[in-house]
Amino acid sequence: MNLTLRIWRQSGPQDKGRMVTYPVDDVSPDMSFLEMLDVLNERLILSGEEPVAFDHDCREGICGMCGLMINGDAHGPQRGTTACQLHMRQFKDGETIDIEPWRARAFPVIKDLVVNRNAFDKIIAAGGYITAPTGSAPEAHAAPVAKANADAAFESAACIGCGACVAACPNGSGMLFTAAKVTQLSLLPQGQPERYTRVIGMVDAHDEAGFGGCTNAGECTAVCPKGIPLNTIGRLNRDYLTATAKRGDTPGS
Amino acid sequence: MELFTEGEPIADTKAPDGPVEKRWETRRFEAKLVNPANRRKMTVIVVGTGLAGGSAAATLAEQGYQVRSYCYQDSPRRAHSIAAQGGINAAKNYRNDGDSVHRLFYDTVKGGDFRSRESNVHRLAEVSVNIIDQCVAQGVPFAREYGGLLDTRSFGGAQVQRTFYARGQTGQQLLLGAYQALERQIGLGNVEMHTRHEMLELVVVDGRARGIVVRDMVTGEISTEMADAVVLASGGYGNVFYLSTNAKGCNVTASWRAHRKGAYFANPCYTQIHPTCIPVSGDHQSKLTLMSESLRNDGRVWVPQNKDDDRAPRDIPEDERDYYLERIYPSFGNLVPRDIASRAAKNVCDEGRGVGPTKLGVYLDFSDAIDRLGRKAIEAKYGNLFEMYERITGEDPYQVPMRIYPAVHYTMGGLWVDYDLQSTIPGLFVIGEANFSDHGANRLGASALMQGLADGYFVLPTTIAHYLASGPREKVDASHPAAVQARREVEDRIARLLAVNGDRTVDSFHRELGQIMWEHCGMERSEAGLRKAIDEIRALREQFWQRVRVPGDGEGLNQSLEKAGRVADFFELAELMCIDALHREESCGGHFRAEHQTPDGEAQRDDDRFAYVAAWEFTGTGEPAVLHKEDLKFEYVHPTQRSYK
Repeated sequence: MNLTLRIWRQSGPQDKGRMVTYPVDDVSPDMSFLEMLDVLNERLILSGEEPVAFDHDCREGICGMCGLMINGDAHGPQRGTTACQLHMRQFKDGETIDIEPWRARAFPVIKDLVVNRNAFDKIIAAGGYITAPTGSAPEAHAAPVAKANADAAFESAACIGCGACVAACPNGSGMLFTAAKVTQLSLLPQGQPERYTRVIGMVDAHDEAGFGGCTNAGECTAVCPKGIPLNTIGRLNRDYLTATAKRGDTPGS
Repeated sequence: MELFTEGEPIADTKAPDGPVEKRWETRRFEAKLVNPANRRKMTVIVVGTGLAGGSAAATLAEQGYQVRSYCYQDSPRRAHSIAAQGGINAAKNYRNDGDSVHRLFYDTVKGGDFRSRESNVHRLAEVSVNIIDQCVAQGVPFAREYGGLLDTRSFGGAQVQRTFYARGQTGQQLLLGAYQALERQIGLGNVEMHTRHEMLELVVVDGRARGIVVRDMVTGEISTEMADAVVLASGGYGNVFYLSTNAKGCNVTASWRAHRKGAYFANPCYTQIHPTCIPVSGDHQSKLTLMSESLRNDGRVWVPQNKDDDRAPRDIPEDERDYYLERIYPSFGNLVPRDIASRAAKNVCDEGRGVGPTKLGVYLDFSDAIDRLGRKAIEAKYGNLFEMYERITGEDPYQVPMRIYPAVHYTMGGLWVDYDLQSTIPGLFVIGEANFSDHGANRLGASALMQGLADGYFVLPTTIAHYLASGPREKVDASHPAAVQARREVEDRIARLLAVNGDRTVDSFHRELGQIMWEHCGMERSEAGLRKAIDEIRALREQFWQRVRVPGDGEGLNQSLEKAGRVADFFELAELMCIDALHREESCGGHFRAEHQTPDGEAQRDDDRFAYVAAWEFTGTGEPAVLHKEDLKFEYVHPTQRSYK
């Protein structure tokens, strides 16, 4: 296959950045999208140009490090698929492909296609956990979990923290990411003691980090490579409402 | 020139004597404690945030130490433990199927082909049960049965069902549990987290590990970080083969820099080749993708009986198929350990019976399981793996058998550590895949997650306290001559890599090195091949330093520069791996020497000559390394020829 790539090049956070066109020939349909970029980079290096910086690591769709806007779609055209798992057989010979970084206020560009997603870690640090210091755990079978709850918790826990939801959202909201963790932990008996402080802490951290609010556009779930459903945000909203109602309450009420 | 010399033997002086089941309890009692007020004054550096590093950093911070944590990824949640699919072993015996701590210990020592320490493995089996409790308390969504209790499944090398799992994403869920515990400590201000930072040198002051030199991969800034102890949890070195199931960034640099500074490197030749990976599709291949071992619970492995049978798999009748694992190993069948399954696949492909366009592949067929259990049940168990397979290959495994082939997956070797997980440099602790201690010559499936978390949550926090309690040490800062020297070494090396400005890319060298290693130091090794490999590696290393091209400068994000430093270290490691493989004139576990096999092609150990850990001391690049032997004693599990027939 022969392709024309138009790639966002930006030398650093202060640079304005621009789209640059690169023809790439002899692309095999069996290549992954990132392998196609590897081929381009090898050629750029040998011709004395700077290779395109992009984030990636596991290349098997689970670490969440890769993230590209491909023709305006987060992670590209194939649903339920990260950019690293996308293969070139999804494209046509002669096609022009636009490749851009995640664009969101909370994810500033570092270089080319690489963005800073530390804001996600801050949301987790603000409550996305169950307090269980090492050594304090009771026997694992002490608290059975209904299979339906365990399965639903797992579904939310499948989030890989890639940030596609934010990149796709017209408001740059990180609500699907936040809700996925809130949902996982609130479905488990172990998560109950911190259930309401958690949701407030995480939503506050989300807002402070510069993410926009959720207006139920639903773009997030459409691009989510792990298929986290939109109703997770509904669950977060329910918990958040209860939590704000309880905020002034005395313990035990 | 001689390839190596032999030095003084080495011994693990920390494991207590006495009955094996009492040793960890004894050690825990005898280890000194640090009182809580003093912990606040002590700083521990942890490099790597996978299962071992993440759990260690969180636990040390909970205990009150000042922790500084480093990872090369943009978030600690992305460490490659996240990609582990199948599960985690624990001797809970919830199935009442005859499991026990002793059986897990026995299976692991045997699975490791009698090349691991009994004391360490027993401790691992003991701690395994605490890990499950800990992870459940953190909210890890393990698979459950309808009654709400935890589900388990079988894994290779065991006849009991002791593997806990979270669909095909067990590593992800366990890592996120550790990551969340770590983020909690970051939020509380007990851990200072440095993402996108790479450790490039170890600082050794008066014989003790006192800090590291790191590069901020975003700004290019080099800094020296000092501490009371350093913990390496930087993973394995499978990427020396270029193609492996590791993440692209996985590298040996942290371990190798410590090795150059005096930490011995143990059993580098013990490499695990995983039998079920998606075959290579072309020269562009940048990594290999694993298909979980759990698939062998329901998938049947076969090749055509006849050479060059080009019919579609469904057109080959039953009686013209060879279910070779079931035929050769009737009692374990498709669930033989990884080393055995991999070599069997290689053998049938060498006979010309391989399948797929490259003929380097065998079928993993689910049609019987789909007939027996129904498609829905298979979807529930393996749906995500089947989807992943289809995305990569364009073939639907519900309709057509998967094609699989072995690939480099895990490295049992690593920095030598004693029972306390301390290296030969006092104050330098090594945990998880980065150390060598628990898996011998072959790791059983679902044991890596167990070991990483055992080290990080339970073992290291106890043993490091013993070391720290012998302090406090003299305060040193980054102006100490040893620290200044280490920093200068880093700066010089970066300058040197940037200055070559040659005509070949880093990846082209890495790929060529990987081909040499796969051909001569992969699934089967021979004296002639290894000698050839050593010559080729040396020649290629010289070429690298004359012809590599690293564009850009060291001032900002430069992914070529990062790769160049890592590949430079892989060259040195590769040579040591070949020397280790050459010197070990026996076959054991993942190390198969063509000259040493039984008449029916199984690994032939030589316990009289090689029942030892080979711990290598660095003397200089290209200089003969010094071999230190640690004798292995087996008091509880008597070495036999491993049989899975």
